[in-house]
Amino acid sequence: MADAVTTTSGPLVRLKGLKRYFDVSPPLLARVIERKPRAIVQAVDGIDIEIARGETFSLVGESGCGKSTVARLVVGLYGPTEGSVEFDGMDMQERRSAAEMSVIRRRMQMIFQDPFASLNPRWRVFDIIAEPIRAFGLANSTDEIRDRVNELLAQVRLTAADGSKYPHEFSGGQRQRISIARALASKPEFLVCDEPTSALDVSVQAQILNLMMDLQREFGLTYLFISHNLAVVYHISTRVGVMYLGRLVEVADTQSLFRRPRHPYTRMLLDTIPDLEMTGRQRAPVAGEVPSPINPPSGCAFHPRCPHANERCKVERPNLSSLDGGSVACHAVEEGRLPMEERTYAAG
Amino acid sequence: MSLRDRIGRAADSDIWFSFKASPVTMVAAGLTAFIFLAALLAPLLAVQNPYDPASLNLSDAMKPPVFFGGDWSFPLGSDDQGRDLYSTILYGTRMSLFVGLCCVVVAMVIGITLGLVSGYVGGAVEAVIMRIADVQLTFPAILIALLIDGVVRGIISVKRHDEIAGFVIIVSISLSLWVQYARTVRGSVLVERNKEYVQAARVIGLSRWLIMIRHVLPNVMGPVMVIATINLGVAIITEATLSFLGVGLPATQPSLGTLIRIGNEYLNSGEWWITIFPGITLAALVLAVNMLGDWLRDALNPKLR
Repeated sequence: MADAVTTTSGPLVRLKGLKRYFDVSPPLLARVIERKPRAIVQAVDGIDIEIARGETFSLVGESGCGKSTVARLVVGLYGPTEGSVEFDGMDMQERRSAAEMSVIRRRMQMIFQDPFASLNPRWRVFDIIAEPIRAFGLANSTDEIRDRVNELLAQVRLTAADGSKYPHEFSGGQRQRISIARALASKPEFLVCDEPTSALDVSVQAQILNLMMDLQREFGLTYLFISHNLAVVYHISTRVGVMYLGRLVEVADTQSLFRRPRHPYTRMLLDTIPDLEMTGRQRAPVAGEVPSPINPPSGCAFHPRCPHANERCKVERPNLSSLDGGSVACHAVEEGRLPMEERTYAAG
Repeated sequence: MSLRDRIGRAADSDIWFSFKASPVTMVAAGLTAFIFLAALLAPLLAVQNPYDPASLNLSDAMKPPVFFGGDWSFPLGSDDQGRDLYSTILYGTRMSLFVGLCCVVVAMVIGITLGLVSGYVGGAVEAVIMRIADVQLTFPAILIALLIDGVVRGIISVKRHDEIAGFVIIVSISLSLWVQYARTVRGSVLVERNKEYVQAARVIGLSRWLIMIRHVLPNVMGPVMVIATINLGVAIITEATLSFLGVGLPATQPSLGTLIRIGNEYLNSGEWWITIFPGITLAALVLAVNMLGDWLRDALNPKLR
């Protein structure tokens, strides 16, 4: 890294008790006249994550479980309702001067889900990629900017000539690579990837993932990877956190999570992955839907769908507790009611 | 990118294709270009300068057009002050176009600014701006223009008013037209600001204003250009109406509307040409501009393509 960076020994990113609620109440008039209640979506309801340098931490979960909200909280697109986001030991919530904030911002960037919405349609690719370079003042002359943009284009396997085109002239995969080039432009250490492959064809997904892994190796990047696709997560992650209704239910390194899932929800998710060698093992069908985050179930949020739920699960909210290497939030696991299950999982 | 590339790109675009596919639009565009050029080159094309009293002769007053007993020195006849109608129409069109364009530009600047602000800032600011817009929409544009003009007349003297009549009329028409721009821009901003490219700019840490001007504004300009084109016709008509009612431009600097008003007084005594020719010019101009605007609206609407 070119700049002198105050590197502490702790994790690069630490989320502490992170909460984000959204007020989705009907307008005041409707509340007064029709006596509708206030409505608060508890999108993220208390999350603790530590992401070490150089690792890829994945968040998985069904739609609406709050994983994208976590991504936006981390890069500062949303402010947390409670809790904190620490980047390299610095609390993002602290008031700082614009210059200091810009120094932190340069070190973290984001790749978005929809490659058709994440590039300004009126801008040429060159200007899109050059924007962070100009905004952070990372180059002194036009020549320097041009060289840097061409270098970035080459890094994402595009040509310098592509810089003079508009985004609509590219395919989804190419656009996503332009997005990656823009994210890399400020030489960040940490990239938040919000479902970067979910809008792409399967063949292109692999291409993007491999590119991201190559870049990680080359630049020592740290990823927070948001996805609902378990095959993709298995491919790219070092550690995985499973989210359900705004809370983490299980965190473990990738191998143990896929081999020995602890939480009933994790097991249910893994059962949904189709594989070639149908082992004849009984699969639990995914029952029900994610409950409304406006009015989450009492106790363990998963209990209405959980085959192992008992009275305690309906009343008491389980906390994440460490269990050889990983951590699980489940009463059944804690009490030893849930037998260990071994899975064979081979991606692809 | 070279100029040739740009021309090639433009010739290949959907808009150019839709332009070529519509003969009506091509006629309208030709007519608009012709009127604009004629207005622009008025000093070269006119046979006399109608603004210069020294070149006028009262004995030339009320001459009929050339094929109705007149002669070639006054091809479209002359008015009550001996002004050649052909020259006066050229200068009048110029005045009408100038006022119309100024109104559109001023209204556009006001409307875009307020629309951007209310769309991006939201909250109380948005509520106040949009409620003012809603209230203003309940009044006809011409009434608002008359109101503003009346207030200004009450404040300043008649002589002074003649000097700044053009300015007053531009302000009053602009203030009656900004609402459309503001509402359209606000709507587009609400859509655009949640798109991921705006969030990407926020992650970089650009300020709100930079994001609005660099990212959002270029993406909301499409509908704005359509409104601007259609509004040019509206502004010209409004100015003509105000001038016809006698609260617009003074007779010493006639616009098409002023000419029609002057001619209207002589219509019953047989001098029809004084009002008919400016009327035809005004109708042709507004029709051509409106047809261009209609076409532009359809061409830029992807759902109709």
